[in-house]
Amino acid sequence: MSEVLIQMEGIDKQFPGVQALKDCRFELLSGEVHALMGENGAGKSTLMKVLTGVYQRDAGMMTFHGDELIVPNAKAAQDKGIAIIHQELNLAPDLTVAQNIFIGREPKSLGIFLKEKELHRKVKRLFERLHLDLDPNELVANLPVAKQQLVEIAKALSYDSEVLIMDEPTAALSDTEIDELFVIIRQLRSSGVGIVYISHRMDELKRITDRVTVMRDGCYIGTVATKDVTNDQIISMMVGREIYDTSKPARHTGAAEPVLEVSGLNRKGVLKDVSFRLHKGEILGFAGLIGAGRTEVARAIFGADMFDSGEITVKGRKLKPRQPHDAVKAGIGYLSEDRKRFGCIVDMDVKMNVAAASMGRFTNPVGWVRRKRIAEAADGIVKMLKVKTPHIDQEVKFLSGGNQQKIVIGKWLTRDCDILIFDEPTRGIDVGAKSEIYKLLNELAASGKSIIMISSELPEVLRMSHRVVVMCEGRITGELSQEEATQERIMHLATLRV
Amino acid sequence: MTIQNDTGAVQTGGKRAVPIIKPGAMQQVLAFASLVILVLVFSFSSPNFFQFTNIVGILLSTAVIGVLALGSTFVIITGGIDLSVGTVMTLSAIMTGVFITYWDLPVPLGIVGGIMTGAVCGLLSGTIISKMKIPPFIATLAMMMIAKGLALVISGAKPIYFKEETGYSKLALDSAIGKLIPGFDIPNGVLIFFGAAIIGGIILSKTIVGRYNFALGSNEEATRLSGINVNYWKIVIYTITGTFTGLAGVLMASRLNSAHPSLGSGYELEAIAAVVLGGTSLSGGKGTIVGTVIGALIMSVLTNGLRILSVPQEWQTVVVGIVIVLAVYADILRRRKK
Repeated sequence: MSEVLIQMEGIDKQFPGVQALKDCRFELLSGEVHALMGENGAGKSTLMKVLTGVYQRDAGMMTFHGDELIVPNAKAAQDKGIAIIHQELNLAPDLTVAQNIFIGREPKSLGIFLKEKELHRKVKRLFERLHLDLDPNELVANLPVAKQQLVEIAKALSYDSEVLIMDEPTAALSDTEIDELFVIIRQLRSSGVGIVYISHRMDELKRITDRVTVMRDGCYIGTVATKDVTNDQIISMMVGREIYDTSKPARHTGAAEPVLEVSGLNRKGVLKDVSFRLHKGEILGFAGLIGAGRTEVARAIFGADMFDSGEITVKGRKLKPRQPHDAVKAGIGYLSEDRKRFGCIVDMDVKMNVAAASMGRFTNPVGWVRRKRIAEAADGIVKMLKVKTPHIDQEVKFLSGGNQQKIVIGKWLTRDCDILIFDEPTRGIDVGAKSEIYKLLNELAASGKSIIMISSELPEVLRMSHRVVVMCEGRITGELSQEEATQERIMHLATLRV
Repeated sequence: MTIQNDTGAVQTGGKRAVPIIKPGAMQQVLAFASLVILVLVFSFSSPNFFQFTNIVGILLSTAVIGVLALGSTFVIITGGIDLSVGTVMTLSAIMTGVFITYWDLPVPLGIVGGIMTGAVCGLLSGTIISKMKIPPFIATLAMMMIAKGLALVISGAKPIYFKEETGYSKLALDSAIGKLIPGFDIPNGVLIFFGAAIIGGIILSKTIVGRYNFALGSNEEATRLSGINVNYWKIVIYTITGTFTGLAGVLMASRLNSAHPSLGSGYELEAIAAVVLGGTSLSGGKGTIVGTVIGALIMSVLTNGLRILSVPQEWQTVVVGIVIVLAVYADILRRRKK
C-alpha cells in the first residue's frame, strides 16, 4: 500500500527580481517514481531545493509522513531521509569512493580519530546490499563519470533514504549504463522508496516513471499518470504549445569536396587509427558509448589534446594543431559539452562572448577595443540565431542553456569558422530549445558549414546526421549512411569490442 | 547489478599493472630522491658538508621554517593560502618575549602564550575568511600587516631579549637527547620540529580534521552539500595553521634568545615554497606532511650547501628560485604523462 510521503502545497519562492516559484504543489508516494518535468528555468530544481533545505520557502506548507516538514538546511533533510543527487556531481575527487560515501558520518573514536576499518566494513555492506561493483579504495578522480554517478547514488542511499531526488541522473550516461541505473531505480521502488526523477529525456518517462508533474515558469501545471498520456501531451504541457517535429535534414549529396580529412589518428591508450572525412555542408554524427573516445577525437583535431601520430587535412592543407589557436585559425570551432566551463564566459555579457574568439578583428593595432563593431556583430548574431536576450549587454549566465549554446555558435560564426564540432549540442537544453538548435544545425549545414555532431542520444543522431560514424574503445567501428542508420545497428557497432 | 569493466578506451594495454609505489606517494619519493641527490652532490663537492655539526646546523635552521611550512600545509590543502604566517610568527615571538621578559611569567606559560598568540591569529583569519567571505589571499594579507604592525607597536620597534637566568634559549638549542646519548647532540629545536611533523601527520591522515581538510580542498561545494559545516572546519584548519605558526615563533625566539619585531617577513613565502616542493598542490586537495618536511629540508640543504661552496648569498636565492620552478615543472610533466 503506498502512503503519501511528501506533500507540498502553495510553495512560493522569491529571488531578487524573480518570482521563482508561485503556488507550487507536489506530492510523492512511497514506492513510486515521480517525474518532475519542465523546461529549463521552470522551477523544478528550485522546488527540490526548497524540499531539501537548500532554499527556504517564502510561503506554503510541506509535510513528510503527514507531519509538518521543517528543513533549515541540507543536512536536516538528509538526516530525515530525504536525499538529493544533484545534476552536477558532488564528490570530492581527491578522496576515495568509501571516503566520499560516508563523508560527514565517518566512524571515529575519541571524537576525532578516524576508524578506517569500520568505514570499510560499512561500505562493503552497503555495496552488497545494492549489488554494486565498485572498488571502495579507488580515488573518485580515477573513475569514469558513470561510475561516479553510482557513487553518488550509493551515497544517497547510505542514508536509508525514503525519498530520493535525482536531478538528470542520465545526462552523462550511455544507454547500457542507463539500463543499469533503471534496474537500481526499480529495485528501490519495490522496496518502497519514493523517487523524484528530473529529466529532459522524454523517452525515459515511459520506461521508468509512474506519474509526471509538469511545471512551467515557476508554476504548477498538472500531475498525470504516465501511462495515460502521450509524450506529446506532456511536451505541450511543458511548453504550453504544440511542438514541431524536426524533419530529417535534406539528403546530402556526398559529392561535395571533403573539408576535413583525418587519417590514422593515434593516441596511446585513447585513440586507435581513427580515420574519417567530413564534407562541405554535411552533418556527420559521432555515436558511441561514454568513453568511446569521441570527445577525444574532437579535442585532438581542435588541438586541445596532443596525439601521437596521424594526419589532419583541412581544405587540402595539412594541420598540425599544437593548441586550439592553430585549429581556430584553420577555421575549426569546438563547442564543448560543458558550456558553462568551456563554452562561454558566463560572467561576461553577450557581446563580449560573441567577440571572444575574434578579438583581433575588433581591436585596432594599438589594442584599443572597437566597441561599436562588437555591438554590431553581436546584434547580427542575436538576430540571425534568434537568441532570446533582452539586450546584448546581458550577462550570459542569465540566459537559458539553449540560448547559451546559440551564443557559443555565434562566437564561432563571428570567427568565420566553417567546420563546427558540437559535443553533445543539446545536453541540458529543454525540449523547446532543442528543436530550435536542431533547426539551426540544419540551416548551418545548408549554408555550407560542415558539422561534426557528437551525441549520446540516439534519436538525435538518427534525426540529424547525414552520415554516422560509430566509435567503441577508441576505434571507429563503423560508418553508416542516413539510410543504413538504425538504433540497432548503431548500438551493435558501439559495443563492438575487440 | 554488474557493470562490466567499462573504462573502455583507456584500457587498451590489457590489465593495468599494479604500481609498486602508491600513485599518490610518487611525488614524495621523487622529492626524497632529489634531497638525497642534493646531499650526495654537496658531500662530494665539499668535505665540510657531510659533517655532524653541519648536518645538525642544517636541521636546526630547518626547524623554524619547517614548523611554519607544516602549518601552511593545512591551509594549502584546503585550496587556501596563509600569507600571514611570517609576521604572525614574529608577533608570537614578541608576545613570548613580553610574557617572559616583561611580565616575568614562568617560561612554560610564556611558551603557551606565544603559541596561543599564533592560534588566535589563525582563528581570526579563519573567521574572516569563512564568515565574512573574504578570499584567503586578501584576509591573510591583511592579517600579515596587522601582525607586523602589532609586533612593532608592542615591542616599541626594539628587540626583546630574554634574561639568561630564564634559560629560555635552552628550549631550542639545548640537547635533551644528547644528555641521554652522549655525543648525539641533536638540539631540542630539531626534535620539536620532528615532533610537530608527527603530530601534523597524525592530524592530516588519521583524524576527521584531515579528512575534511582534503574534502574541502577537493570540492568545497560537495563537502557543504554533504552536510558538513564548512565554515567551522575552515576556522579549525586556519587555527591549526596559526598554532604551528605560534610554535615557530617560540622556536625562533629561543634560537636567537631574543624576539625581533622586524624578522619574519618573507618567511611565509619560503614556507609556501617548501610546501610546494613537497608536492602539495596549491589548488588544494593533495598534499602530505612528509612531503613538506622533505621540501623544507631541500630548501635548507640547498642554502647550506651553496654557502659551503662559497656561492654568494644573492646567488643562493636565485638558485632556490630556479629549483622551485624546476621541481614544480617536473611534477607537471609527470602528471601530464599520466
